[in-house]
Amino acid sequence: MAILTANKVTKRFGGLTAVNFFDVEIKEQSIHSIIGPNGAGKTTFFNCVTGFYRNEEGTIRFQDQLINGRTPDQVTRMGIGRTYQNIRLFSNLTAIENVLVGQHPHLHAGVFDAILRTPRMKREEAEALEEARRLLRFVGLTGKGDLLAKNLPYGNQRRLEIARALAGRPKLLLLDEPTAGMNPAETVDMMAFIRRLRDELGITILLIEHQMRVVMGISETVTVMDFGEKIAEGTPAEIQNDPKVIEAYLGRGSASEMLRTAA
Amino acid sequence: MSKLPTDSRVALSTVLWAGVKIGLLGGVIAVLIALEGMLQAFATRDIIGGVVSMSQILLLITFFASAYIAVTRSGSTRPLFTLMVGTLSGLVSSILVVALIGVGSAIRLGDMFINATSQLYDLLTFKLGLVTGSLYLVGLGLVMGVAAAIIYLLPSNVRRPIVLAASGVVAFGLLQDLIRVTLSNWEALTPVTQFLYQSNGLSVVGAVTLFVLIAALSYFRSTQGNRIQSRLNSLPAASRSGLRWTLIGIGVILLLLLPVFLGLYLSDVLDFVGLYVLMGLGLNIVVGFAGLLDLGYVAFYAIGAYTVGILTSPEHATGIIHNWWLALPFAVLAAVCAGVILGIPVLKMRGDYLAIVTLGFGEIIRLLALSDFLKPWEGGAQGIQGIPSPDIGPIHFVQQRLTLPLLGTVQFAPSQEFYYLFLAVCLLVIFITIRVKNSRLGRAWMAIREDEDVARAMGIDLVATKLLAFAMGASFGGLSGAIFASKLQSVYPSSFTFLLSVNVVCVIIIGGMGSIPGVVVGALALVGLPELMREVGDYRYLFYGAALVVMMLTRPEGLWPEATRQRELREEGEATEAEPAAAVAVAGK
Repeated sequence: MAILTANKVTKRFGGLTAVNFFDVEIKEQSIHSIIGPNGAGKTTFFNCVTGFYRNEEGTIRFQDQLINGRTPDQVTRMGIGRTYQNIRLFSNLTAIENVLVGQHPHLHAGVFDAILRTPRMKREEAEALEEARRLLRFVGLTGKGDLLAKNLPYGNQRRLEIARALAGRPKLLLLDEPTAGMNPAETVDMMAFIRRLRDELGITILLIEHQMRVVMGISETVTVMDFGEKIAEGTPAEIQNDPKVIEAYLGRGSASEMLRTAA
Repeated sequence: MSKLPTDSRVALSTVLWAGVKIGLLGGVIAVLIALEGMLQAFATRDIIGGVVSMSQILLLITFFASAYIAVTRSGSTRPLFTLMVGTLSGLVSSILVVALIGVGSAIRLGDMFINATSQLYDLLTFKLGLVTGSLYLVGLGLVMGVAAAIIYLLPSNVRRPIVLAASGVVAFGLLQDLIRVTLSNWEALTPVTQFLYQSNGLSVVGAVTLFVLIAALSYFRSTQGNRIQSRLNSLPAASRSGLRWTLIGIGVILLLLLPVFLGLYLSDVLDFVGLYVLMGLGLNIVVGFAGLLDLGYVAFYAIGAYTVGILTSPEHATGIIHNWWLALPFAVLAAVCAGVILGIPVLKMRGDYLAIVTLGFGEIIRLLALSDFLKPWEGGAQGIQGIPSPDIGPIHFVQQRLTLPLLGTVQFAPSQEFYYLFLAVCLLVIFITIRVKNSRLGRAWMAIREDEDVARAMGIDLVATKLLAFAMGASFGGLSGAIFASKLQSVYPSSFTFLLSVNVVCVIIIGGMGSIPGVVVGALALVGLPELMREVGDYRYLFYGAALVVMMLTRPEGLWPEATRQRELREEGEATEAEPAAAVAVAGK
């Protein structure tokens, strides 16, 4: 059953067509990767899904509900979470505050609750704090909650961003290059972690990735984008041997061997 | 600022050139100070009576400071070089001033610079005539340069007491009016006042005594301080908390009795500090928490004040409510509405554009207040008079004598009574602000400040949250304006200028953006200090500007920046030093 269906999604910036009649279907509780050369339109597509951009044509449906045209906060409330290619944490807030902000849609205290510290608000805050600690523990940041986000090392920042996205209790998680800048050991850990997200929390994962071993290692389905269009789709094995994919990444020629031996 | 290499083979000339450059800078500043008229304005006030005047101190400090900067920047480790740099800097600075005198004797500078009068030259040459005076000046420059070098070379535990003591003596001289007036409130302290001060400035004996006292205290603190601190820490927790509560108790009592101790003038100053604390707290929400640069905050202040005026003044047809307290909710409500009205069109604006639009809003309100169009309702340029005091029940804000438990009968003036109103309201607003900051709403504001787009993606309703920031900020501004109107018992449109908005912004920047104690400190510094320095009064904004620049260079985070929040204290024990990857790897199985 498809949790996300994109149909002929098109996004233009003036004369540049970044996403060109792009179709994709993400199966529920699957790990689905979108790959493609830089500038292929992958992040732009993500932005269309989350409501950052409004696509000119096409529809995007999440759990059979239309989401293109909705505002980002509405999309988040519906159950889609996201991390960013260039980490966009709230730098001057602490790690735990970042995660608490992620819980915003699920908390209800208002101005007067805050001022009067009603029992309801105090209970809600205590639960939120506990949940935030739990999430930090889940991503491996126990005890680091009071550090400012900007002071965390790079790997921890990526983890924190995932924790923050998880705080919104998403059913679908969009991860934009989660292993960028990581060494092989960290990458292996991240792969295991992503699998755990799906296995333990039942979250569908949609991934943009450049590291082939991650793509081949954990994806069930891979969609390949180039110049805003889908040029191939299938299992990792099918993609690896698809000549169109090889050409898109590496051009025609003998260097194409690299792709085949990547996994 | 980059330091020159300390390699002793670096040409002496390079090191000395730095001295010359900064000496030139110091000289230019001294010349500017002279031509600005500050030297003449400050000449009548003596720091140490009959020995050195305020203007002479200013000149000496300029030479000293530039020499000190030159010495620090030279990065030289050899004392001889340091001395040479300092001397050179002082020399160059004073030569520039001599050049001014020389030029002034040849050309009539007075045509271009109003303050280049013969009186100025007299001041600069210490009334010793052209040649002798110039030599004397150069000598002073040399001495200051050498002194700067020596101070730099001293070990820090000797340097600090000396610098502190010297600053203390200058401060006591500068604030002599204030200190004298304050001390005169207690008859028992008259001998102290007479010992310290002459008719104009500190007495020589007093100055020396102060110097020695402050230096000794500072030295004592630096040597014994750690020992006392560790002894305090080793006390059992019960007595430590007992000590803390006692200190808090003393602090509370002092706070309550402050107007009695400080007298009339300082209480009035504190009232204005209170006004700016309230406004600062409000603007802190908009700028500090939510990151929305609002340069038109004066609008809410004005609306609060005018609403109270319109509703309570018996001279107005609309003066139907004669009780300030009953009018207060309307004033706050009016300000809140104004905040929302301002907020709606600027929701999509950021940064500079937001600043300009809010500035415009502030100006609109001021012009409306001034206008003839609204004159029938709010008095136009004549303003509104006859606003009642915030009397409530048995409490009347008039000059009266009250009998207090331990202090006997004390005379209270309205400005002292207003202090208590301000204190109560400030405490309430601080309470509300702290509560809101540590809540879902406060976090939403801070998220918007950090990254608006991502905050939105987190599910935060930008419209409602931003409007709430404007509304809450405006409410405190309106509250402040309402009290202001009652204190002055009138409102005039000339009080509500753009400069006031700028002042409030300065308060929170200097205090520390987003920090609540910072607002109080900022208000004390920026409002209290200029009020205290009457002599500097004319040059208040010059020093304002200089202080802001120095602040931003040396301490951009503010005087009392936001403390790091400590929420996970209990979990720190569980934190493993092993890489967090381990936890993930274990989890990944």
